Amino acid sequence: MKRSIALIALLSTLGGTAAIAQDTNAHLKARQGQFRILALNLGVLGGMAKGAIEYDAAVAQAAADSVAGVAMVHQATLFPEGTDAMSLDGTRADPGIWDNFDDFNAKWAALGEAAMKAKETVGSGKDAIGPALGMLGGTCKGCHDTYRTPE
Amino acid sequence: MKRLLTGLALLALAGGGIGWLLTAPGTVEASRLDGVTGEAARGEAVFTAAGCASCHHAPDSKDKQLLSGGQAFASDFGTFYAPNISPSTEAGIGGWSLQDFANAVLKGTSPRGQHYYPAFPYGSYSKMEIQDVADLWAYMQTLPPDATPSKAHDVGFPFNIRRSLGGWKLLFFSDDYVMAASDAAGGERGRYLVEALAHCGECHTPRNPLGGLDTSRWLAGAPNPSGQGMIPALTPDKLTWGAEDVAYYLASGFTPDFDSVGGHMAAVVDNFAKLPAEDRAAVAAYVKALPAPD
Repeated sequence: MKRSIALIALLSTLGGTAAIAQDTNAHLKARQGQFRILALNLGVLGGMAKGAIEYDAAVAQAAADSVAGVAMVHQATLFPEGTDAMSLDGTRADPGIWDNFDDFNAKWAALGEAAMKAKETVGSGKDAIGPALGMLGGTCKGCHDTYRTPE
Repeated sequence: MKRLLTGLALLALAGGGIGWLLTAPGTVEASRLDGVTGEAARGEAVFTAAGCASCHHAPDSKDKQLLSGGQAFASDFGTFYAPNISPSTEAGIGGWSLQDFANAVLKGTSPRGQHYYPAFPYGSYSKMEIQDVADLWAYMQTLPPDATPSKAHDVGFPFNIRRSLGGWKLLFFSDDYVMAASDAAGGERGRYLVEALAHCGECHTPRNPLGGLDTSRWLAGAPNPSGQGMIPALTPDKLTWGAEDVAYYLASGFTPDFDSVGGHMAAVVDNFAKLPAEDRAAVAAYVKALPAPD
């Protein structure tokens, strides 16, 4: 009897750990997924800026809209405590994020502002893409400079 | 016997004396500065390409031109703190002469005749054109002064003996280029930017146990001195980007798959974005012409 209680206790502990691991895995996937969506859409705009893809106002608009959509995702939900690069494998989230969460949020909000401006301009012509990308890229750098750990 | 002892003592003195001479901090010959006048307007581009502000701006300041220092740089030898290089006469370098500045940048020697630690990349800057040094000096005097005192480095024995850096310089300090002059398009300018001003090798090249650059693995990638992660290789065995990708990355901070730059490289990209497109193309040409490491 005693042994089976111990076994149940052990199993439930293991089960608990697995559940937590799975939980944080979902957070990492969601985080990295949103950055992928950003990268793919920035890639569309970048391709047009470089001349690798022909400019198309509707396609550019869709890309900027998508970036703006992602920028509206509330980050606190995706970045719970304990999901930093020191605590987990498979993430480059700097522990400093949780020391300065307001600043982290402000940097994400800066992406949102740049995206709103991009939404207004990228449909107007090829020449608007470069400046819009410059603003968007600046906000990526602004956050990665501080809150993404090196590879 | 007495004579032998005296002889030995004399030899030891002579040996020590030679060692002392060999490790003496070097200075720039004053004649090199004859007739050289700096122009602040031209110095701004040198300042940007050399990335001075990236390390010397105040850690929490948004103003990247306020060079009050204080950023910490961890290494195997201790933690270095970037000093105040604003034109403040008390806390910064406002009281220096052009000669002092040239000694610092080209020789790694302070106005008081001490060696600087090579966390200050004078090993790269040593190749800087004298006119660029003068222009840079003129420009830096136009920046705002700041009275924040420089923070002492946190470096343990024996590295806290500055004179020992003379030995380090004997072994590793050189004003020779690593890559032979290339006649490829943009080659000379690219080499000057990569090897001298932008001092790319300081992070992208691995170091030996004494902290000297292993030039046989030039730009072949290295552990991050902060202890976390790797600084990527730029050599063709690892870097698959084309020259246009490299130039675009330096302008926009975007990799070919539209990931974005991070860490200290974000500051480097900020600088390169301000330089002319030809400069970025020259750097890209240099990088793409690198040999694979042995």
